[in-house]
Amino acid sequence: MKILVCIKQVPDMESRFKTNGEGTWYNEADLAFRMNEYDEYAVEQAVQLKEQLGNEPEVTILSIGPDRVVEAIRKALAMGGDRGVHIRDDKCYQKDPWQIAATIASFAKEEQFDLIFTGMQSQDRGSAQVGVTVAEQLGLACATTLVGFAYDNGAITVKRELEGGSKGVVRLKLPAVVTCQLGLNIPRYPTLPNIMKAKRKELQTVPVAELLKEAELTVTDKMYPPAKKGGGLVLEGAVGDLVDRLMGILKGQTAVFR
Amino acid sequence: MKALLICEYREGKLLDSTYELLAFAGELGAGCAMVLIGSEAQAPKFNGKVYLADAAKYGEYNPDLHKKLVLEAVAKENPDYIIFSHSSYGWDLAPRVAAALKTGQISEVVAVVDGKSEVTCCNAKMRRAVAAKTARTVLTVQAGAFSLAGEPQGSPQLEELELADSASRVEFLGYEAAEKRDVDLSRAEVIVSAGRGIGKKDNVPVIAALAKALGGELGASRPVVDAGWVDHSHQVGSTGQTVRPKLYVACGISGAIQHMAGMKKADFIVAINKDKDAPIGEIADVLVVADVMLFVPALTAMCAG
Repeated sequence: MKILVCIKQVPDMESRFKTNGEGTWYNEADLAFRMNEYDEYAVEQAVQLKEQLGNEPEVTILSIGPDRVVEAIRKALAMGGDRGVHIRDDKCYQKDPWQIAATIASFAKEEQFDLIFTGMQSQDRGSAQVGVTVAEQLGLACATTLVGFAYDNGAITVKRELEGGSKGVVRLKLPAVVTCQLGLNIPRYPTLPNIMKAKRKELQTVPVAELLKEAELTVTDKMYPPAKKGGGLVLEGAVGDLVDRLMGILKGQTAVFR
Repeated sequence: MKALLICEYREGKLLDSTYELLAFAGELGAGCAMVLIGSEAQAPKFNGKVYLADAAKYGEYNPDLHKKLVLEAVAKENPDYIIFSHSSYGWDLAPRVAAALKTGQISEVVAVVDGKSEVTCCNAKMRRAVAAKTARTVLTVQAGAFSLAGEPQGSPQLEELELADSASRVEFLGYEAAEKRDVDLSRAEVIVSAGRGIGKKDNVPVIAALAKALGGELGASRPVVDAGWVDHSHQVGSTGQTVRPKLYVACGISGAIQHMAGMKKADFIVAINKDKDAPIGEIADVLVVADVMLFVPALTAMCAG
C-alpha cells in the first residue's frame, strides 16, 4: 500500500504577526516555524495504519516550501514516515489553494497512492480547501474532518466531527483522500533513535516549477492586523498587583463575592 | 449579481445557518436562489426560488451526490456567487463544487469591507481581503458572522432537483450522538477553564482549585481535552458546550474561534494569558497578562482568604 501525507510548516500561533513588504502575507522574519497542528494528526494516523498492516505500507511525507520545511518533513519521518519529498518553493505563500492542490496532485498522480492524508486546514491561511481539491483534481473519493478512522480490507470507516460534538459515520473505498481534525489520535513524540534514523531516510527535492502548471484562481488584495475593537482592560505588572487589581474589579463588577 | 445559497439540513431539520447566508448575500447586494437537499416540509422562509432535492433519496451527507445536485442548480441559475456555511458540511462540499467549475473559493468570510470579502488568518490575528479571479466565486461564511435584521419570512417557489445517475463512492452510515455529559456547564454561574497555556496535565488541579474557590465549575478548551488532560464533558466550544455564565475565567486559552463561539456570551470574561495579542483579548472584559501558573494560585489564595 502506498500512503501520502501532505504537511505544511506554519509559524507558532503565539507569535506576533506583521504584514510583509508586499502587503499580502505575514512577514516571516523572526518567526519560529513548526508542523501545522492538524498535519500532526495526519502523520500519526498514516503511521498507525502502516503499523496495523505490519509495516508493509510505504508512507511518503510531502511538503511544499523553502528549505526550512525540511525540518518538518524530518519530524514526520521520525514519527514513522518512510521517505520525504520536498517540493521546493521559496514563494509558496504566493500560491493559492488551487495551485497548492495542483502541485500535490501533479506529484501524486504519477505515484498512484492508495490513501492520502492531510490536515483539514492550515493554522495560518486556514482555507480548508487543499485536501478536498487534491481529491477532486485526482478524481478520488474524499471525507473531511476526521475524528475517527478505521481501515478494513480496502475500505475505510471514518467519523466526521459535526457541530455540537456529534459525529457522522461514513464508509468509503480506497483510493481516497482524508482530512484530519484535531483529536483524531494522539500524535507520538519522535524518540531520539527515530530522529537519528530519520536523517538517513530518503529525501527527494523537486523544484515546484516541474509540478505546478496552474494559474491562481484567487488573489489576496491585502493582509493586515485588524484594529483591536476589544475595549477590554489589559492588566500588566507584578503578580501580586495583578491579583489585587483583578479582585477589585471582580468585587466591583460582578456578584461573585457577594 | 446573483447568489445561489446552499442550505444545510441535518437530522430532518433545516439549519438556521441558511438565514446567515441570506444576510451575507444581502451585504454583497446579490439577489438569491437557494438549494436545499432536505424536505419540502423544511423549506426555508424565503420569497424566492428554492431548488429542492429529497434527502431521503440523496442522503443528508453524500458529497458526491450533493455536488452533482448543486451543479445542476448552478447550470439552471447561473449565479455569480455560490455560498455555503463554513461548517462541517460546507467546507467539505464547497471545494468540490469549486473544483468542478474551476472557480476560485474564498473560505470563512467574516466581513465585507469596501465591497471585498475578508477572512481571518493566523488564529484571527490577521485579516485578509481576498478576491476570485474567475467570473464566479464560491464562498463559505463563518458561523455567526452575519445575521438577518429581522425574522425570516416568506414562502419559496420550489423547483425539483433530480439526478439521472445516483452512483456515489461514499456511504453514509448514520450519526453518532455526542457523548452524554456528566457535567452540565450550562447552569454554572462561574466557569474557570483550562487551556493549553497551563502547560501540562498536572496543572489542571490548580485551575480546578480556582473554580472551586469562586464557587464555579471547571471548563476546558479543545486542545486540553484532546490531550487527555480534562474529560470531554468539560469542553467549552462549538464541538463542546455553549455556556453563558455570569463569570468566565479563561486560563491559558488563546481564543480560537471555536472556543469563543462557546463562551462569548458570558456576562463577564476574564482572560489570563502571557500573550498580550491572544485573540481572546478581543472579547475579554479584562485580560491579565501573566503566567497562568504563577497568577492563578495567587488569585485562588486571595479568594480563599
